[in-house]
Amino acid sequence: MLLNASGCLDALTAPEVARSLDAFVTKTVTPLPRDGNPPVRIAEAEVGMLNSIGLANPGIDRFLTGNLPRLAKLEIPIWVSVGGFAAEEYAEICSRLDDHAEVAAIELNVSCPNVESPSESAARIVASARLATRKPLWAKLSAAVPDIGAVACAACEAGADGLSLVNTLRGLTLDARTLRPSLAPAVGGLSGPALKPVALAAVYACYQATSMPIVGMGGVQTGRDVLDFVAAGARHVALGTALFADPDAPSRVRAEVAVELDARGYSDLDDVYATAHPELLSIGTTTNGKYLLK
Amino acid sequence: MRRERLSVVASERVGPYTLLRVTRGGLDPGIPGQFFMLEAPGRLLPRPMSVCLAPPGELAFLIDPIGPGTRALCGLEGGDRLAILGPLGNGFQLDVERPLLVGGGIGIAPLPYLSEALGRPPAVLGFRSDWHAEAAGLVPDAEVCVEPRLVTELVDPDAAILACGPEPMLEAVRALAPTAQLAWEAPMACGYGACYGCAVELDGALKRLCVEGPVLCS
Repeated sequence: MLLNASGCLDALTAPEVARSLDAFVTKTVTPLPRDGNPPVRIAEAEVGMLNSIGLANPGIDRFLTGNLPRLAKLEIPIWVSVGGFAAEEYAEICSRLDDHAEVAAIELNVSCPNVESPSESAARIVASARLATRKPLWAKLSAAVPDIGAVACAACEAGADGLSLVNTLRGLTLDARTLRPSLAPAVGGLSGPALKPVALAAVYACYQATSMPIVGMGGVQTGRDVLDFVAAGARHVALGTALFADPDAPSRVRAEVAVELDARGYSDLDDVYATAHPELLSIGTTTNGKYLLK
Repeated sequence: MRRERLSVVASERVGPYTLLRVTRGGLDPGIPGQFFMLEAPGRLLPRPMSVCLAPPGELAFLIDPIGPGTRALCGLEGGDRLAILGPLGNGFQLDVERPLLVGGGIGIAPLPYLSEALGRPPAVLGFRSDWHAEAAGLVPDAEVCVEPRLVTELVDPDAAILACGPEPMLEAVRALAPTAQLAWEAPMACGYGACYGCAVELDGALKRLCVEGPVLCS
């Protein structure tokens, strides 16, 4: 499945882009409306970009009455990204989403780098949310932890159904002339190609640590990038910064995936799944016998 | 909104600026004041540029090489190709009586196309040097001033003002003529409402300039 990374697409202003994905992930919704951080909010870095939007969103009340009915008309699965500053806030929003059939899944944003972090651990937030909803829960984790595999295991034990890997990492750029921070809040979240090796390592570690399905994201620009994430252990892949530069990226990336698979003699992405892992390398074949040793 | 890979027809120097002329392909030139996202060679993000001129079969963008992206765009040569997305945002309202175009520096970029659409109304333009003021030749019927004189000295506040320029100039124009149509600028990653990077304060709330603007009426 090809998705967008939360915060990298507004399906209401660009519905045709959302429809080119297999599911649309909303911008993070919080209990109360948030204007977000003051501008300047974005800056280009050497091989990526920084953002510090600060979870701008209409709040859960207006999301449910204004946004969600319009999103439902797109007729693609809607994943709602949920944020908060305490486990109870995540639980409250999950509870209010639970009865909405148009919500296919909930992504718990426990790792936004641009706002104060919740004081509770990811596992505690997942546990609270689990009690509040029957919807599939995907925990979006940051790679900025000593052992992401351990965080993934804790999230799994707390009741998560899947993992979204990874959120942006804190970064800083300075204005060329003044040598002062480019962004008003100084530090922002780094995305784009610079993030890809970090994200791949996180997917790789979490695949080995848990059996949960993973949405891999971080610097996905091409079909080859999709293959890398799937080989590392992602069941699904999300586009983030690539959508900013090219709203046609989903169809382009799908076409590139087909070419990459064909060139390697694979029939579909299932053939590539988790092939980067040593236990498969030692066997030298996938369950359907198509794995090719390099 | 549509994205196409187009060819550079020519890259012409106009004072310190570059007029980048590209084939139009199947793109609609849009309304003056609307903008396009131009792929900047070697950069991750495209750059927002308003249409300067739209002769048959072409789109032309006036670019000030002030950073790595704009310098890369100014370095393009005839035959080079780049992806262009647009037209985006809201342009100027053209049903005005007695229009006066007001421009400052690289902010004159949308005025040649706007002038054409409005039947060559009077224009007043301000620049920081005679070299920069060479770009005034792109705008018909323009009165020009160079610093230390300010363009606001030439503004008739009773005219229907359509302005583009640096923020202090736009604020000064708005103080003189509260109903002026003003084209603003903000850093943008996407240009189509996805990134929320171009937020500006409107009616007490932060809103996306690419969706609500870039032309705003007070």
